[in-house]
Amino acid sequence: MELAKKTKQLTDRLNYIREIFGGKHQEDIMLLESRLEEFKNNTSTNFEEALTSLEDLFSFIEKKLEEKLTPMDKVRIVRHPQRICLKDILENVYDNYTEIGGQDEHTNDPAVLIARAYITRRHGRKTYNQSVMVIGHEKGHGEEFRNGGSAKPWGNAKALHYMHVAETEGIPVHSYIFTPGGDPVEEYPGAAQQIAKNIYEMAGLSVPVISMISEGGSGGAEAFGLADKRLMLSHGYYSVISPEGAAAIEGRLKRGERSSPELIEQCAKNLHLTAQDNLAFGYIDKIIQEPLLGARPYHYDFFRTLRQEIIRATDEVILSVYGLSLRKIGKLRRLQDPETNLDETYIRWHIRRSKRSDLIENRQNKFLRMSKKSYVNRQNLLGALTETWSEQWREVYNRLVYDFYHKQRKNYKNFLEEIEADWLAFKEKSSKPFKNAYNKVRRIDPAAQEELTTLSKWDDADGRNSNWKWISPRAKEDRAITCTNSAIHGCVDLWAPDLYNEFAGVCTNCGHHFPMEYQWFMYNCFDENSIYEFNNEWEAGNPLNFPTLDERLEEARKKTNLRSSCITYEARIDDMKCVVAILAAPFRGGSVGAAEGAKLISAIDRARRKRYPLIIYSHGTAGIRIQEGTHGVIQMPRVTIAIRRYLRAGGLYLVLYDTNSFGGPVASFLGCAHYQFAMRSSNIGFAGPGVIKNTTGIDVPPDHHNCYKALSRGHIQGVWDRRDTRTNLKQALLTMGGRNLYYR
Amino acid sequence: MLDISALLEEIKQRPYTDLSICTPHTGYLEFGAFNEGDKVKDASGEFKEIPGSKLAIITRENNPRFIYATQKGIIQKLHKQYDKNFVEAGVEIGILRHFLSKTEVIHILLQKALFLFSAPERAKYYFAPEIDKKIKISGSRSITVTDGMELFIVSRMKREVPLTYHGPEGIIYEVYFKHNQNIDANMPLIGICPPDQLQNIEDVISRVNHEWKEQ
Repeated sequence: MELAKKTKQLTDRLNYIREIFGGKHQEDIMLLESRLEEFKNNTSTNFEEALTSLEDLFSFIEKKLEEKLTPMDKVRIVRHPQRICLKDILENVYDNYTEIGGQDEHTNDPAVLIARAYITRRHGRKTYNQSVMVIGHEKGHGEEFRNGGSAKPWGNAKALHYMHVAETEGIPVHSYIFTPGGDPVEEYPGAAQQIAKNIYEMAGLSVPVISMISEGGSGGAEAFGLADKRLMLSHGYYSVISPEGAAAIEGRLKRGERSSPELIEQCAKNLHLTAQDNLAFGYIDKIIQEPLLGARPYHYDFFRTLRQEIIRATDEVILSVYGLSLRKIGKLRRLQDPETNLDETYIRWHIRRSKRSDLIENRQNKFLRMSKKSYVNRQNLLGALTETWSEQWREVYNRLVYDFYHKQRKNYKNFLEEIEADWLAFKEKSSKPFKNAYNKVRRIDPAAQEELTTLSKWDDADGRNSNWKWISPRAKEDRAITCTNSAIHGCVDLWAPDLYNEFAGVCTNCGHHFPMEYQWFMYNCFDENSIYEFNNEWEAGNPLNFPTLDERLEEARKKTNLRSSCITYEARIDDMKCVVAILAAPFRGGSVGAAEGAKLISAIDRARRKRYPLIIYSHGTAGIRIQEGTHGVIQMPRVTIAIRRYLRAGGLYLVLYDTNSFGGPVASFLGCAHYQFAMRSSNIGFAGPGVIKNTTGIDVPPDHHNCYKALSRGHIQGVWDRRDTRTNLKQALLTMGGRNLYYR
Repeated sequence: MLDISALLEEIKQRPYTDLSICTPHTGYLEFGAFNEGDKVKDASGEFKEIPGSKLAIITRENNPRFIYATQKGIIQKLHKQYDKNFVEAGVEIGILRHFLSKTEVIHILLQKALFLFSAPERAKYYFAPEIDKKIKISGSRSITVTDGMELFIVSRMKREVPLTYHGPEGIIYEVYFKHNQNIDANMPLIGICPPDQLQNIEDVISRVNHEWKEQ
């Protein structure tokens, strides 16, 4: 019986090795196979000795292969069915737990598992049960209904709900990330929209959040990943895209084609997705060492280590909120000692109400400090000094003007208004008899009478009469253009000089909006000569030294005259000042990397400091720039945090989508806006049709991402005609607003 | 009385339809890579989002526009004299021979052999409760309808009114609407088959199903 059990275990170990190396190291595998076969056929009675010898051989080979692990092998390790999963952690790391928000397949999304759990610690003769809210992805224990750990939007919404429950109860959140990525379904609440909401809310969660990454697939991971401490398993990966996805993009594959294993392996290496890489970049705080070739459910020692690390991380976050004291220094020293058994120490997992804002600020600052060196800043020293000085001066100016002068003036104005209102009411009442008598004898002004009794004339609010300041160069082409909807609506061909000039790229028959250049928005929607561009010296770089990216960036720079896909400037609409950021599609598809993230954060901060509204115009974005790996994906929480700070400071944030907007930006800083609008014919979504087909196998209809679909499910608040953009922006600035803006 | 077997024989003699490929507007025409006798595809994909084979390009005011095959079949004729020449709108530039499929043949036969009772207005249609019950138990072909019979319930918004059948007596051979589906005005609801022709029609349909070879 024992022999059969041991043989089974060794067979499983061998299969595991064979599968995680994907056909490599055949010599070692064949050696193990032959020795295992010999052991199975061994009829001698001294099987214990043979077993020990075989187990030693397995350990020796595993140690040898551990050193040869490539990034792609690690990807295969985390995807392997024998990999530990959340339920194993709940069983082995926590002392007790109750699954909540559904159970197994009887929940709205089985890929998301939530549990109330506790860890028991003993200090002296006292026992403490420390409660936590455990939230994570579950891939195993019912693989058939877990959707591979890809959370649906409603699964992410459920997780967010229980994070708020933890906040109400004042207990820490432990989040475990085991996802290849979010499920790209667009049904309500929408994949991108919900991830954006999760990131936005997690940025302000007032309880400690500890996350542990095993498989961190892009947006899906970010939905749970904005934490005070980010731990990562040594054999895990955290990446902007799967190596297969990157290979499909790099190999420019068409739908249905498969990349070669070599290209996938190369992409996994180029993406720098391992725990060691991410620790070096500063995107995780600590690596938890796993057993050889990755942790599996029978590695009980590993679970003990994991428990200690989870306790240590939670304790450290709690202590970091309170100021330095002798007691705290002693506790910190004990925590940092790896020999200390944290089960036998005690730190209360509770943060006083007065300290909760410090916890949030620490978390936000931590993310805002990240990826500062991942882009190129061409600004000279003098420029940088001038900017720093101007920022400091602006702070002082704000204190004086807005916090002191405007406050006093507002109080004084309110007082005067009240007095004036009382005086008018008194005057009205006392003069009423005389006024009535006068009205009976006075002659009515014929002009006023005509104005009131005849129909009004068309009032061109802008006074433009379709004379645009900036005209697309395509208007110079002598050619006709066929509308996309001509087969459906019978639209006649449009002459390019008309279409791209007077018609502003809009079909006169069906209203289809042809894509226009970002300059059209930039120069036709704001007051003349009101644009002041800033930070245009910040340049997209190649932080991972991704092959051929430098050449491609250079090509994009030459083609577009831009240094990154993000343009930031100050401008005015009818004298209303605002800060605007554009994601320009011609520069690498409008993708967002470290430079774009930094420019956006700087623009948001400028809007906050100057008390101006903020408008982000997505001319088009394909998502996060995959060649920047986690340097790109980390911009999702970073920019969202900056947006949250701006909105909490009383700002007004508007998002306007045009052409096609997909991926990380929509699932974070764009999607979290309270006021989002889209141009007609634009497409908005989490993943494009090709990605949906590849990941879920579902064919989506051609209008799946149409802006009207996004409007129907409540993602955006309105669909605009391009020709009315300026009027609508003005209207939005006048009717929506934060409490702390001084632009009107 | 319609001789349905003779009708089938007639279709067999000419198991295709010839579709005229015409220019949508004036322009400079260039034929694609296809020649006479070549097979072409129609629009494909779950949502017919992938257009059919590119037959020609017509360029007007520097605006090249493709002419796609709308049906699958064989190019019977290409008027090559128009190639690389200016053409007027609506000029036939070729003929596409589309071979009929089983479904299309059955559809043609039934359209001619059955009496089609159409929807008077756009609405949702249901069978009257007692008829619906019988259909669910024994199928639609167990129902014999007569002129003046209260057969349907027309449902639009919150209004539900009965609809009386007017036409020849016969059994319900085909039902063209689904539960909870809006039907446009003048679209057929049911196909009625005279009782004496039922056996004949069924035989012919069965023959089509077994013998028709799709090309």
